[in-house]
Amino acid sequence: MILQGLTFYVFAAIAVGAGVMVVSARNPVHSVLFLILAFFTSAGLFVLIGVEFLAMVLVVVYVGAVAVLFLFVVMMLDINFVELREGFLQYMPIGALLGIILLVELLLVLGTASVEPEAMPIGTEPIPALSERHNTAALGDVLYTKYIYLFQAAGMILLIAMVGAIVLTHRRRPNVRKQVIAKQLARRRDEAVELKKVQPGQGV
Amino acid sequence: MLAIFEIGLGHYLTLAAVLFTIGVFGIFLNRKNVIIILMSIELMLLAVNINLVSFSAFLHDLVGQVFAMFVLTVAAGEAAIGLAILVVYFRNRGTIEVEDINLMKG
Repeated sequence: MILQGLTFYVFAAIAVGAGVMVVSARNPVHSVLFLILAFFTSAGLFVLIGVEFLAMVLVVVYVGAVAVLFLFVVMMLDINFVELREGFLQYMPIGALLGIILLVELLLVLGTASVEPEAMPIGTEPIPALSERHNTAALGDVLYTKYIYLFQAAGMILLIAMVGAIVLTHRRRPNVRKQVIAKQLARRRDEAVELKKVQPGQGV
Repeated sequence: MLAIFEIGLGHYLTLAAVLFTIGVFGIFLNRKNVIIILMSIELMLLAVNINLVSFSAFLHDLVGQVFAMFVLTVAAGEAAIGLAILVVYFRNRGTIEVEDINLMKG
């Protein structure tokens, strides 16, 4: 129990620290790396409460895909980041004020809220014991039966996002010489080679 | 002394609240840099996911995890589209300052 609590506190502290560094780091590349750290520690926290599959999905999707996408964009665009940081301190007071108000509100809600004990057994899809069925299988049981249409819709969303991103960033360059295989195959000997009779000492 | 090591729902919800606040704070702090704003949004979505997952785990209901997966899907799509728009915008204007994005203001 103590080990679990200690792990939670360490991971939570790292996650919060990484979050602060994401928004305040001078270099956006460092921001992306701290974002990766925040996602990693969150995955650790998920494992701590037995949500193993989502923890792995978080690592694969976020660290493997989204964060790398961010890194690519940050490093490939030639942006003057010093210029972008102008006015950083100007927005600090109002940002801090709003942040503190939001945090106090959230904590007030959490402090007074309580879960009705009778509501516990009404859960629509109770989690089976870990000894009977592990988390991934249990999640699959629900996801592929009851939520199959939503699952398919999520797939469609990803497809549309992919197509949209490609359409947005793809550009046709007009004056690029490319290999056109049809043209190559359509060439015939009599179009390509011309025989000339050259008299000696005269040139073509 | 041992009571603080008993991790409950409140601990996770507090962590999620703090992360969400950091995300909102980041949007205000980096008003000019769209990349950091997008990262702040990712941070806020992570906080939402922590909320959903912790409720799911502590109330023994799997639906929260299913929903968290859908949030992940949308977050991935949003990041891809957002960054694509950013790249196109940078190609056209040579900058990513948010304050310059006012062509449609009329």
